[in-house]
Amino acid sequence: MFDYHALAPELIIGIALLATIVADLVLPDRLKYLVGVTALLGLVAAAVPLLTLAFCGDISGCTDTGTRTLFGGSYVVDDFALVLKGLFIVSGVLSLLLSVGYLESDDYYQGEFYFLLLASVTGALIMASSRDLLTMFVGLELVSAPAFLLAGWRKGDLRSNEASLKFFLTGVLSVAVMLMGMSLVYGLTGQLTFEGIASAASVSGVGDSPAFVLGVVFILVGFAFKVSAVPFHFWAPDTYQGAPTPVAAYLSVGSKAAGVVGLLALCYQAFSTVPEIWGPLLWVLAVASMTVGNLIALRQTNIVRLLGYSSIAQGGFILVPFAMAASYDTVGLSDAFFASVTYVLIYAFMNLGAFAVVIAVAAKTESGEIEDWGGLNRYAPGLAALLGLFFFSLAGIPPLAGWFAKFVMFRAVIGVFESPWAVALAVIAAVNAVIALVYYAKVVKTVYMDAVPVTVPVDRATQTPVPRPLALAIGVTAAMVVIVGFFPQVLGLFGEISERLVAGP
Amino acid sequence: MEMFDDGWGLSLIVFLPLAGAGLILLLPKAQEGLIKLVGLAFALLSFAASVVAILRFDFGAAEQFQFGTDLSWISAIGSRYHIGIDGISLPLLVLSTLMTVLAIVYSLNHWPEPHNPKAFLVLLLLLATGMNGTFVALDLVLFFIFFELVLLPMYFMIGIWGDRAKIRLPGFRREVETRLYASIKFFLFTLFGSAFMLLGFLALYFKSDPHTFDMVALAEAGQMGLFDGTFGAWVFAALFIGFAVKVPMWPLHTWLPDAHTAAPTVGSVLLAAILLKLGSYGFIRISLPILPQQAQDWAPIIAVLAVIAIIYGALACLAQTDLKRLIAFSSVGHMGFVMLGISTLTDVGINAAVIGMVAHGIITGMLFFLAGSMQHRYHTRDMARLGGNMKTLPIIGGLMAFTAMASLGLPGLAGFWGEFMALLASFNPLDGLSLVVFRTAMVVGAVGTVLTAGYMLWMLQKVNLGEPSEEWAGKDLHDADKFELAAWVPLVLGIVAIGVYPKIVFGATNDAVTELVRRAFGG
Repeated sequence: MFDYHALAPELIIGIALLATIVADLVLPDRLKYLVGVTALLGLVAAAVPLLTLAFCGDISGCTDTGTRTLFGGSYVVDDFALVLKGLFIVSGVLSLLLSVGYLESDDYYQGEFYFLLLASVTGALIMASSRDLLTMFVGLELVSAPAFLLAGWRKGDLRSNEASLKFFLTGVLSVAVMLMGMSLVYGLTGQLTFEGIASAASVSGVGDSPAFVLGVVFILVGFAFKVSAVPFHFWAPDTYQGAPTPVAAYLSVGSKAAGVVGLLALCYQAFSTVPEIWGPLLWVLAVASMTVGNLIALRQTNIVRLLGYSSIAQGGFILVPFAMAASYDTVGLSDAFFASVTYVLIYAFMNLGAFAVVIAVAAKTESGEIEDWGGLNRYAPGLAALLGLFFFSLAGIPPLAGWFAKFVMFRAVIGVFESPWAVALAVIAAVNAVIALVYYAKVVKTVYMDAVPVTVPVDRATQTPVPRPLALAIGVTAAMVVIVGFFPQVLGLFGEISERLVAGP
Repeated sequence: MEMFDDGWGLSLIVFLPLAGAGLILLLPKAQEGLIKLVGLAFALLSFAASVVAILRFDFGAAEQFQFGTDLSWISAIGSRYHIGIDGISLPLLVLSTLMTVLAIVYSLNHWPEPHNPKAFLVLLLLLATGMNGTFVALDLVLFFIFFELVLLPMYFMIGIWGDRAKIRLPGFRREVETRLYASIKFFLFTLFGSAFMLLGFLALYFKSDPHTFDMVALAEAGQMGLFDGTFGAWVFAALFIGFAVKVPMWPLHTWLPDAHTAAPTVGSVLLAAILLKLGSYGFIRISLPILPQQAQDWAPIIAVLAVIAIIYGALACLAQTDLKRLIAFSSVGHMGFVMLGISTLTDVGINAAVIGMVAHGIITGMLFFLAGSMQHRYHTRDMARLGGNMKTLPIIGGLMAFTAMASLGLPGLAGFWGEFMALLASFNPLDGLSLVVFRTAMVVGAVGTVLTAGYMLWMLQKVNLGEPSEEWAGKDLHDADKFELAAWVPLVLGIVAIGVYPKIVFGATNDAVTELVRRAFGG
């Protein structure tokens, strides 16, 4: 019998996204809010089978524990996939919470928004499980295509149009490059599944042939666009600024995480036998992303652009553990894998939290320019404190969760301290962590230490309430940032998972 | 009391302030009286727990870590909640809890603008947790967390409650407020240092076998020679950057005068009294025992930098017009003596360093209290305008004279022992260290003590003596009030007590230091 249990999360979201369309069609205007509720319930319902799959062994009547393989090895539900699916569902829920109030206060309300967001989340879930090139490609397209539309949601706004078009063109370009690479790899190895590619590439004459190297590089470049690694980053700040802010939040977390998941699966499984090809490439990408992202972020005056460049730099930190893979032993590889996954998880919470606060504050000050936020703590002390919390967490200051992300990142690199490349990378990352503090602290400084600009409508601002869904999103992310900061062991579970995963293939 | 010895005692000392901060956050902002009461109560409880720790401390076994516990914390990265104190950390821990109490007592009546006691006390208590925690941590990751925990509160203290005077920075057209410049400079310098320190910690972790962050286990491994060679040199350099910024050692000291000058009074006091000690404590607790061989290679360099700091600090003091800035530069010099003591790698030198740290903590803390109170009354720190303070404010002026005498190292007061013994130790450093370098350092350091006396007396002459300026005539300048006296009397008593009977500190430190030197350097 086909294992529907393994596929249940995707199926539930699939049903939910159809339900949102129908609901939007039949519901009268005053009940339109139910469309958002439907989407939210769909996502939450999808988390239930995720939990039963994860704890299958503890549930009576649940058989077939452990890794589930579907479609002849193309689709695998293992611990790694479950963790990331959980992350995607949570970031989908948080993005929805961010959107609800924003959409209703906007002239561009349409029920399709929820449909598209759910479709994109489904794509991300598929990516987490895909173990062959085609499935991964389909998943990636399902993540990106709805996102093109979401970025252009504010149709009357030229910036939003620009955002969408830029995103679309670079997206298509990157996919074309990636497909070219995939066809080269397939042509040389005759394999689509990651396992097949890994064993075929270890045969001499295949893995070291120039065409295969080119294929790997093309695929990675395609993903580099997705995770907006420098020099393939230029679309990101414009798209983030032009898109509705909740969509920017989703792009910087959900969409980026999907790209990272693709890279993880490809590097550690499909190309696990040829780390000498992708290691150096990712070393360069990581260094360039951290440095360029940080340096340009220093000059930003718009908060969303600042977060855009900061997310490029954070992407660089996520890539750091990949870079030395060629010199790792098995333990080192599982440390590196653990570091990237942990970084993505913590980054997702703190970045979504930062965006949520930015949305709330921008609604109050009616401006996204940082200097207009001066003296925010005088009239919105709670939001100011939360802003400080998330921004210092992004900077990696203990005891907020960001320190642990940075810590495991450094740990993955210093593990091979014999290599001068690793030490150089660690030093560059350390200097970048300090540079990053400058612009994160600049925002906090403005909020806490500057005077309130005369242009800010303080009276109106104090009366603007924070929408409840947004407040909920902020509360959840803030709690995570503090709890993980003090007791990172809650993420330790993923350490065991990564050990099993790297030991597997 | 069983529980107290099993780690609960130290955990209480560290986390009571944090609990207080959490409680204050829940109170409404308008309830200022209650907020102050809660803040003071939790600081006092933490101090009381540290007094219990003194009473229960087994001074016969001061070289062993006591009241310790070792619990699982982040097993994913092999880091544990391992805490404990020995004779070296005990005086510093007590100093830290005491200064927190005094800072709050002093604050009760002196709120820097923009007021807001709730936020200020939350930050202060958070700071206390970071400071206390650093002195009890025996796990490198735990140490790192506490070491970094002090950054955020101090950043906000300087940035929000700091000096609003405008300065023009070289290379910038616009003027900035001192507090904004000083706060971010402090933050960036320290973070820069600690980023490298963290890399060093990680390298130690991966080199050790089995991998561990435990300081005790790492020290044993280091003393077996595991970290010798190029590896050790790099790690020592990384740790050196982290600790030297915090001390601060010349030439990494430039954040200090700005931060001290801009910080509100209580911030300056805690910065000088405790935060600087985190760096020198790091050298004694981590660098020396874990990397003994590298410490011997680096010792002459540290000694040279230390005496440069002594001379440089003294000369810089003579060029100041701002009272707080002068005291800040005097800290550079005094920490130079502490580092000189450490660099000799002898029991005399390290004992000198610890007593120097304690003495500098209470003396310079006191000086910053006094300078803050004077600024509170005169609304200026310009020494030229403060002349004749002795006549306008006799009590504060008298205390100033007393504390300045202690600071310049007058025998019989606390400041004497650290300087004297550091010089003594550098006459006779650890076998194998260059006698030429250290004896030259001793001579230059001795010249430094003369210069120190010079600028302190010069400061007293400008501030205390002479006739009061016309501008203060008819102004109602009240002398020290009861909150100020409550905060200062314990410090004055401490200065005299340690000066007359230094065994208060040595009684705890000596065995621990001797054992440390014997294990690490065989001396």
